[in-house]
Amino acid sequence: MTEPPLLDIRDLHLSMTSFDGEAHVLAGVNLSVRRNEVWGVVGETGCGKSLTGLSISRLVPSPPARYLGGKILFDGRDLLSLDEAGMRNLRGHRIGMIFQDPTTNLNPAFRIGEQLVDVALAADRRNPDILGVAARAGRRARRRAARDLAVRTLAEVGITDAAERIDAYPHEFSGGMRQRVLIAMALIGRPDLLIADEPTTALDVSVQSQILALLAGMVRDHAMGVILITHNLGVVAKACSHVAVMYAGVIVESGPVAAVLRKPSHPYTRALMSSIPTSGVRRGELKGLPGQVPNLIKPPRGCRFAPRCAQAAEACRAGPPRPVDIGGGHMAACLKPGPAAEAA
Amino acid sequence: MFLTIPVLLGLTVLVFAIGRLLPGDPVALAAGPNATPAEIAAYAREFGLDRPVWVQYTSYLTGLLGGNFGVSIFTRRPVIEDLIAYTPATLELVFAAMALAILIGIPAGLAAAVYRDRWPDYLSRVAALGAISMPRFFLGLLLQLAFAMWLGWLPLGGRFPLTDDPPRLVTGFLTVDALIAQDLSAFWTACRHLAMPAIAMSLSPLATIMRMMRASTLEVMQQDYVMTERALGLSQRLIVTKYVARNAISATLTVIGLYFGWLLGGTVLVETIFDWPGLGLYATKAVVTQDFMPVIGVTLVIGTLFVCANLLVDVLYGVINPKVRTE
Amino acid sequence: MSLTAPPLPDHSAQEIAVPISASGQAWRRSLYRFRQSTLSIIGLILVLGLLLVAVAGPWIVPFPEHVTGSVATANRFRPPSVAHPFGTNELGQDVLSLVLAGTRVSLFAGLAVVLAGAFVGTVIGAVAGYAGGWVDEVLMRLSDLKLTVPGLIFAMAIAAALGPGLVNMVIAIAAGWWPGYARLVRGEVMAKKEEMFVTAARALGASPGRILFRHILPNVMTPIIVKMSLDMGFAILTVASLGFIGIGVKPPTPEWGALLSVSRNYMPDFWWTAIFPGLAIFIAVFGFNLLGDGLRDVFDPKARR
Repeated sequence: MTEPPLLDIRDLHLSMTSFDGEAHVLAGVNLSVRRNEVWGVVGETGCGKSLTGLSISRLVPSPPARYLGGKILFDGRDLLSLDEAGMRNLRGHRIGMIFQDPTTNLNPAFRIGEQLVDVALAADRRNPDILGVAARAGRRARRRAARDLAVRTLAEVGITDAAERIDAYPHEFSGGMRQRVLIAMALIGRPDLLIADEPTTALDVSVQSQILALLAGMVRDHAMGVILITHNLGVVAKACSHVAVMYAGVIVESGPVAAVLRKPSHPYTRALMSSIPTSGVRRGELKGLPGQVPNLIKPPRGCRFAPRCAQAAEACRAGPPRPVDIGGGHMAACLKPGPAAEAA
Repeated sequence: MFLTIPVLLGLTVLVFAIGRLLPGDPVALAAGPNATPAEIAAYAREFGLDRPVWVQYTSYLTGLLGGNFGVSIFTRRPVIEDLIAYTPATLELVFAAMALAILIGIPAGLAAAVYRDRWPDYLSRVAALGAISMPRFFLGLLLQLAFAMWLGWLPLGGRFPLTDDPPRLVTGFLTVDALIAQDLSAFWTACRHLAMPAIAMSLSPLATIMRMMRASTLEVMQQDYVMTERALGLSQRLIVTKYVARNAISATLTVIGLYFGWLLGGTVLVETIFDWPGLGLYATKAVVTQDFMPVIGVTLVIGTLFVCANLLVDVLYGVINPKVRTE
Repeated sequence: MSLTAPPLPDHSAQEIAVPISASGQAWRRSLYRFRQSTLSIIGLILVLGLLLVAVAGPWIVPFPEHVTGSVATANRFRPPSVAHPFGTNELGQDVLSLVLAGTRVSLFAGLAVVLAGAFVGTVIGAVAGYAGGWVDEVLMRLSDLKLTVPGLIFAMAIAAALGPGLVNMVIAIAAGWWPGYARLVRGEVMAKKEEMFVTAARALGASPGRILFRHILPNVMTPIIVKMSLDMGFAILTVASLGFIGIGVKPPTPEWGALLSVSRNYMPDFWWTAIFPGLAIFIAVFGFNLLGDGLRDVFDPKARR
């Protein structure tokens, strides 16, 4: 635990301007990721989990986005202070990304090899070890090396006949295969941090577990840190070592998967878990959450979950609760953490 | 596009109807101001214009099958000969204009999209609206005034000086024929004649292609794969000029196909002002004298070329867009 | 399945003939967008100026007698001066007077073409959409023809056959102007027809005419008006083109294209006789295009981006 974290997000605040006003969409996000850790970030649509992921790669267009405060430390450097060129040095090469829909994330007009080669060449420009070609090698030699690497990477993510399939167009692959291609694209630059935004949501259930297994293997082989953004607690339980639960722009609970899922301490986490059908749940026991996600243009003053929380007290509405450690890195941003009054 | 034949047939009916059913007496006009009624009648008989309209029409159609486009009642020349002589000139002009429009319009549209809502974008918008608002005949006149009359850099009009020997006829495109004949001075002469009409023709398709390219580029830049490409460290320049451009161009192509036909018809004004011996000038002269056989011939040729252009665009679309090709 | 939108709370918005679906807020946003766009405002100012000149023409023209055809050959080809800011032409007529008077001709002809095109197109589109079957097929193939036939040659042929004159020219151009509107209306009619069956408005005794006017036209009014404003510039351009070729309006009617055509023969020495009519065409077309472009942005934000 002496090794500094790979990624350390500290009190990140982000606002988005729209026609209706300025929405405070990230309100103090804290998250640190070390190598070999797989962090699941869960929450419902619009809670800010994807924006957190995109913020790390600085891909949130601004305007309309504006960072109000906080830091995103990557290897000790604050990414919010980097310019576009500085960020480009990290993207692909140090930070890889995978997005949700494999059908729309590959450029349909180009052979997949073309896209892989360009990503490899871009990464090679930051770190010549990636292709391992001599510095004075010509363009053609470089492209050939990149193509070889692309074939190897495709094989690595489980694409058979990689040497032939590399010249196929995206529409010639199935959804699961496309996601493998995208994973290969994200990994070809040998990133230290991988951000995967709902990588399995658009896939069949059977393909989902294959892809998750593939990701797990990649993390192990390359000692990466991973942020896996999902709305599916099942995926978290299956694939992650740690989990962070987000609600309305705040991480309400985080910690090792085992601790958080076994002993959910924030009322929202409990609500989230009780809304999942499992084999042990009987008909009628599945609970929804009353109320609505708060309006982020005029958010509640105190805890953002307070309006929907059964245990909310006067103190909860006074100011945002600080995350407290309730043991072994298990944090909860709640004034009354613990499995309170759950029996009902 | 299998509707081509019916559409072209409809075209002949339409122009025939205009020529025969609307008021106006082409025969009297063609026979000359001093012709007596008897002479006019004889003239009409000579061209078969005294027969009922439907008989004229069927005999015209039968002729068409054998490649006979009728005879001009004014010049007495077979229309097909004129069409063969004038079509290459118009095509050369249209191709040159289209090439200019594409070569400038596509990069300009890409740039406008990249600099969206900043000054290059505003400038391109004003320029595009200005370009489509500019009457081509006025632009042609301004060009003539500036480059031919005041500066004396370019010839006022025409396609090739009558005093010079044109290169041996191969394709009918003087520029290409000059290159085939390896006659650089003839090539240069042909280009100098082509320059102003081509510029005058290209302005409005250039503007449209640019705006279309801007719109489709913006559309493409919203796509998920562009985000992925950025997220994986590709430079903005590579993304725009390679990955975005190809997708955006395939959307712009359809417009180019439509514009091609529009340009063919639009040569009328430019050919008139630059005295360019093409279909437009030919059609204009025929229309003014109400000589309808040439008019039908020109519309048929243009209609056919339009259909061909769109077929070509479909093919190109497949080349650029692999999904279409495999389907 | 909202057949008729709920009545608007905001009555002012209803009076300005926005689509019924637009709420007061959407209308205010549109207005906001329009005002944000400097170009649209410039277009509006240009168009209003042109309309003013067209209406006030006879009273502001410095030499009204020149407009009606009287000549002053002693005064021919005078360069621009204080007395004749645009100079005089080959007949000694004041070019400024001719250009100002030409505004009315061009605007009238352009407007007439667009109105006729919109009217005929609406009727044809409604008939095609209603009747369906072979009527629809024939009418739509006919409108396809416009894509293949060069519009200008078509208009030229009709104009030549009909003979010179402003009205004939308008008819000739308008004859090829309807297909765009027909498609617009037809699409809406076809869509509404389906809904009509569902709600059985017909069973309640609504006549086709009533359905057309009450349910269909209000929905296509905005796109039709936007299209008309975009078409105005092009119509004026076409009118001038015919004038330039020498088919259409004949002197002494001061038509911009015809003026330009005549003065071509006096280049380059007497350039002012051509430049000013040419500029007038450009400015008029540009004004309407700016305005139309702005209106489209406001009412069809999807097309903007």
